[in-house]
Amino acid sequence: MINSIYSVLAFYGLATVIVVAAILVVLMRNIMHSVLFLAVTFIAMAGMFLLLDADFLAAVQILVYAGAVCIMLVFAIMVIRRTDMAETNLFNRQVLAGVGLTVLTLALGTIFGGRTAWTQLVTHEAVPKNTVQYIGAFMLSKYVIPFEVAALLLLVALVGAIVLARDEEVKDNAGTDDYS
Amino acid sequence: MPELTITLNHFVVLSAILFCIGLFGVFTKRNAVAVLICIELMLNAVNINLVAFSKFITPGLFIGQIFSIFVITVAAAEVGVGLAIIIAIYRNRLNVDLDNFDWLKW
Amino acid sequence: MLVEFAMMHAWLVPLLPALAFLLIVFLTRPFEKLSSAITVGAMAISCVIAIFAAYGIFTNHEYANQPLVYAAKWLSLGSSGSADSLLVQVGVQLDPVSAMMMVMVSFIATFIFLYSVGYMKGDPGYSVFFSYLSLFGASMLLLVISSNLLQMFVAWELVGLCSYLLIGFYTHKISAREAAKKAFVTCRVADFGLLLGLLALQITFHTLDLVELGNRIQHFGTYGVSIGMLTLIAVLVFIGPIGKSGQFPLHVWLPDAMEGPTPVSALIHAATMVVAGVYLVGRTMFLFHEVEPAMQLVAVTGGFTALFAASIALTQREIKRILAYSTVSQLGYMMLALGVGSLGAGMFHMWTHAFFKALMFLGAGSVLTALHHKADVWEMGGLIKKMPITGWTFVIGGLAIAGIPPFAGFWSKDEILSTTLAEGHYVLFAMAAITAFLTAFYMWRMIFLAFFGAEKPENHPQESPWTMTVPLLVLAVGAIGAGWLGTPWHNLWAEWIYFGHPLHEAANYPVMLLSIVLAVGGIYLAYTMYLKDVQKRRAQRMAAWFGPVHRMLYNKYYIDELYLWFNHALVDGAARLFYLFDIYVVDGIVNGIGAIARTSGDGLRVFQTGRLQNYALIFFLGVLAVAVLVTLTGHDAFSQVLGGVK
Repeated sequence: MINSIYSVLAFYGLATVIVVAAILVVLMRNIMHSVLFLAVTFIAMAGMFLLLDADFLAAVQILVYAGAVCIMLVFAIMVIRRTDMAETNLFNRQVLAGVGLTVLTLALGTIFGGRTAWTQLVTHEAVPKNTVQYIGAFMLSKYVIPFEVAALLLLVALVGAIVLARDEEVKDNAGTDDYS
Repeated sequence: MPELTITLNHFVVLSAILFCIGLFGVFTKRNAVAVLICIELMLNAVNINLVAFSKFITPGLFIGQIFSIFVITVAAAEVGVGLAIIIAIYRNRLNVDLDNFDWLKW
Repeated sequence: MLVEFAMMHAWLVPLLPALAFLLIVFLTRPFEKLSSAITVGAMAISCVIAIFAAYGIFTNHEYANQPLVYAAKWLSLGSSGSADSLLVQVGVQLDPVSAMMMVMVSFIATFIFLYSVGYMKGDPGYSVFFSYLSLFGASMLLLVISSNLLQMFVAWELVGLCSYLLIGFYTHKISAREAAKKAFVTCRVADFGLLLGLLALQITFHTLDLVELGNRIQHFGTYGVSIGMLTLIAVLVFIGPIGKSGQFPLHVWLPDAMEGPTPVSALIHAATMVVAGVYLVGRTMFLFHEVEPAMQLVAVTGGFTALFAASIALTQREIKRILAYSTVSQLGYMMLALGVGSLGAGMFHMWTHAFFKALMFLGAGSVLTALHHKADVWEMGGLIKKMPITGWTFVIGGLAIAGIPPFAGFWSKDEILSTTLAEGHYVLFAMAAITAFLTAFYMWRMIFLAFFGAEKPENHPQESPWTMTVPLLVLAVGAIGAGWLGTPWHNLWAEWIYFGHPLHEAANYPVMLLSIVLAVGGIYLAYTMYLKDVQKRRAQRMAAWFGPVHRMLYNKYYIDELYLWFNHALVDGAARLFYLFDIYVVDGIVNGIGAIARTSGDGLRVFQTGRLQNYALIFFLGVLAVAVLVTLTGHDAFSQVLGGVK
């Protein structure tokens, strides 16, 4: 339950920023602008996490999403050679269908979400301060196996990304040289 | 002032809106990188949900937060691999426009 | 000791030729001499074992009523003892009938195999031929010693297969291939009836074991079988022998079977295959004995076939064809004897017939070899001077089949005639008597035309080598002496081989006299027509007078044509009908299904754009649909997960 006036204002402000920035991400015709608004969304999201007493997550959000992911996306865009950046992020031909389906999903989601009796489940306990130490303890005790698996996943993704993105080496032509 | 109270439902609705924006982008953007971006939006919507549930329902257990961390991990990995795939496609086809890719049939 | 061993190891008798078959097929096929030696040797050893085993049987009168049976379980289905369980055994049943058959088959087969060594010399498929012969002998011997009708049926089909292989042995000859097919298909038709009969026996009496079945059929009422049902079963069982033993109307394959090599004809027509049918009827006598109509059917079929085939044989020109029809006729005699209730007489005629018919076929083979396969008896003549052994043994065979005492055929034929008369079948007796006359006539027509009379200058016959003449001589001895076992004055045969109780007719001198008169009359008529006054061309004039009759006989009563017409009209007509059905209905359904798949594919391929996002859209639509569906209709747990709308 969040009912201090600052919190309520913060929620609505952040929510507005998130939604507007997200819509702009989708609507921008220039892919670079999309990425910039994505970064805005991520940062607002971090604020939202702070509002939800998840300070560590907020930090992670800034570091990983706003930092690493956005930078990586920018790099990828730069690697892909283009003469003109202006018309790089257009819609395809199923916009109408996409709108329809999205609205349908939203309606269903809000109906289902809104009609669920969450209040029966809500507790009034506060989230402990300094979440990092609790998360750290959980990570290395109860969730140690998922933690390790996630580490492995990252390694695999790293290797996979390198293998995929690497230039294929020019095959050894020494043999033909010998005969020439 | 009950109308000035932020409940779990607020977050759920926010999450739903963000998710739908991402979904719309996934369906409609032509640039493969943009599709990837939109997937990130969807994952973030999930994260909001998870953290909100964590705060409102199991504040002492951190299940939602830890789950979010895993989601972020997977998302980072996914972005890495996804971008690598896009670059590989680009190298072979000199194009990342999904409209040009209609080989996903017999 | 030896006798004991032979009796307890009678299964070796069919096994040895079967092993010979495997040995030749897998190992010795390139070595022709060795292959033939193995075949002859295996059959000779089998013959020795058979003789010893038979000695054991024929020195102990107990076996006449209580056969020696030993069997092993082959397969069982269902819980043993319950009514619907199936227990099949393979075993050996030795009693006077099977022991006699075993000796007869193995003895004659040995000499036919020996004869083949010379006859098949130089044939490219020499070893293969001997392997088939071995398998044929093995199957026939297995059939003979079977203790169980299913086992017998297996052997029966094996015999059919072998006859197919051997009749069609000259695969380059179209007529041989056709004949093989004809034999096989005709027998299959008959075997189907037999199979139905056996199934009915198994279903109603829960056993196919010969001894047990014999016991149960005596009390068929307690098994809930009506006399009508039993008659039906008997008739079905009898259809098998009709085909295998060449009885009317399924005799058509037998004359065509002459296309095979001559030893095969001898093997099929004398010792083995065709008598299998007679033997089967003999074995299942307990079944036929219970139903008078079935017995009548057997007797009438036999009697009619005898006369019918003899009348055809009158006009045929090819030496082996005449012999073939005579075989059909003699088989009719055997069936007649069985049908009037005398197992002994039928088996006795089979026994003597085996000798003189094998002899005559081998003699015919010898003649054909000498004349380079010129088969028309009108183109032969005077062969006896150049081929004395063949000629005189053939004459012995002719005397035997005509029924001149003391040759073998006389005693057995007399036994049949007197039994038929004694049982009160006057019409059948008359038919049999006429057949006897006709037999003497057409046999001696053939002999006079082929072996006596003027020599034809274009022929250069030579006597055959010893491997061919020795069997002739041995079989000639049999043709003379084989009948002395069953003379009316001291009928050893009837003491041993009978059904129910020993059936012994006192010597019936009028019948005997009639038989002799008919035989001599037939021979004399043939003599005047074809040898003494052959210049008067009486035969040709008679043929002209009886033009239509002669043509009908020469064309075998147009039975083949009838079948052909039947085939064309009915089978082909039905086939055309089914063809149309197939084209329009079956194909329509199949093509319709295909068309449904095609048109639906054409329609649905719109969705298969190949675009990832398109797929994602449709996929997500499906996810939503499932979510809504589950939420609205599903289990509580689902609706909890998806928002608890309910």
